Amino acid sequence: MMTRGFTGRGQPSEIKDRIPPGQSLTDDFPVLSAGPTPRVRTEDWSFTLKIGPKPAFTWNWDEFNALPQTKLTRDIHCVTAWSKLDTHWQGVLVDDILAEANLEAPTDFVLAHGYDGYTTNVPVKDLVGGKAMIATSYDGKPLPPDHGGPARLLVPHLYFWKSAKWINGLQFTTRDEPGFWELRGYHIYGDPWREQRYTGD
Amino acid sequence: MQDELLAVQAKWQKANIIGIVRQTPRVTSFFFKPALPFFYRPGQHVDVRLSAPDGYQAQRSYSIASAPDSSETIELAIERLDDGEVSTFFHDAAEIGDEIELRGPIGGHFVWTTEDGGPVLLIGGGSGVVPLVSMVRHRAAQGSAAPVLLLYSARTWDELIFRDELLGLAQRANGFDLSLTLTREASPRENHYARRIDPAIIEDVLARLPMPPKLAFVCGANAFVTTAADALISAGVPANIIRVERYGV
Repeated sequence: MMTRGFTGRGQPSEIKDRIPPGQSLTDDFPVLSAGPTPRVRTEDWSFTLKIGPKPAFTWNWDEFNALPQTKLTRDIHCVTAWSKLDTHWQGVLVDDILAEANLEAPTDFVLAHGYDGYTTNVPVKDLVGGKAMIATSYDGKPLPPDHGGPARLLVPHLYFWKSAKWINGLQFTTRDEPGFWELRGYHIYGDPWREQRYTGD
Repeated sequence: MQDELLAVQAKWQKANIIGIVRQTPRVTSFFFKPALPFFYRPGQHVDVRLSAPDGYQAQRSYSIASAPDSSETIELAIERLDDGEVSTFFHDAAEIGDEIELRGPIGGHFVWTTEDGGPVLLIGGGSGVVPLVSMVRHRAAQGSAAPVLLLYSARTWDELIFRDELLGLAQRANGFDLSLTLTREASPRENHYARRIDPAIIEDVLARLPMPPKLAFVCGANAFVTTAADALISAGVPANIIRVERYGV
């Protein structure tokens, strides 16, 4: 359906193929969250791998930052319809976290947990193979609290609500357990290229 | 069952613009009549999609201003952003009778109904007041006695969206209380503020509620939401009863 009187700005043709359907380019970095920004001090921070309810491995901030560091430059896509290109991140790949814990993924699904009680589910296959990291730095600086600092999950090929802010753990689950937004009408997987915004998309 | 219902409702559908009402110099209400039945709760939003002749599409989310109780139309109060693409279309081109694609309702967290009860503290900055107005209108339509206080910040007296309606509802003195603050001019009324929200204002409004709030909703620009949410936490309001919605920037 065409909207009478709407022409739109369109997108520059050289980046058209990097912007998923229904998304618009932004140069800002909008801040979105469901609740207040938690202030987590790095001396209080920890990160735990869990298998079901059982903690398998925990790092404090210094231990975690001693793990191999990786830089990723990626395009990111928010379900609220903005996309931002070439964002620069640094952190620890999920592959390196599993290697350090000497752990083969014991199940096919993960539920990511944040300090604010937020959760989101991601299949293991979308976290390994260099696809995802726990990011502690954005654009060369420590990740600010509004953007999820001290550390957030980064799964750039899925809508950005999957990249849980203020992360404190990854939990392996036997089933694909819907997280916070997935229980509230948002898509269980969230592929921006298939425009999987809401349940049923 | 709920998911099924939601899946049906979240499909794109056509809606006719059946009314356009200027609210403030920068905000205009557009009233839509959706083709399919549309059930929503106060605080939810819709996605709107515009399609250009070359196939380009732009999509934005807008909070619903109307209450679900009152009519079958959906009121969106849209602020004109000068560098915007969708808001400028609505302000400059849209006319009554136009057909627009929308889907919804979206969002299941920033929601309050009278069944949730009170006291409830609502804090809105600028057009961030829109989903809170839906809650206030719903409360009035239901004849609810739940104590609700709305703290609403705008630049000037004339930029207060739904100002006279809100002042009228507060005058009924039936448990809905209104506190206004203006950031760029003095308030012409007593008992309101003339500065950006700060911890002192937050403490004042908390003290005006009969009991500590059961829920607090904060909506506005990111800096506004951060100030309000941090002040609520400093005043002893538990983080897990504070729900926020940020414009992003």
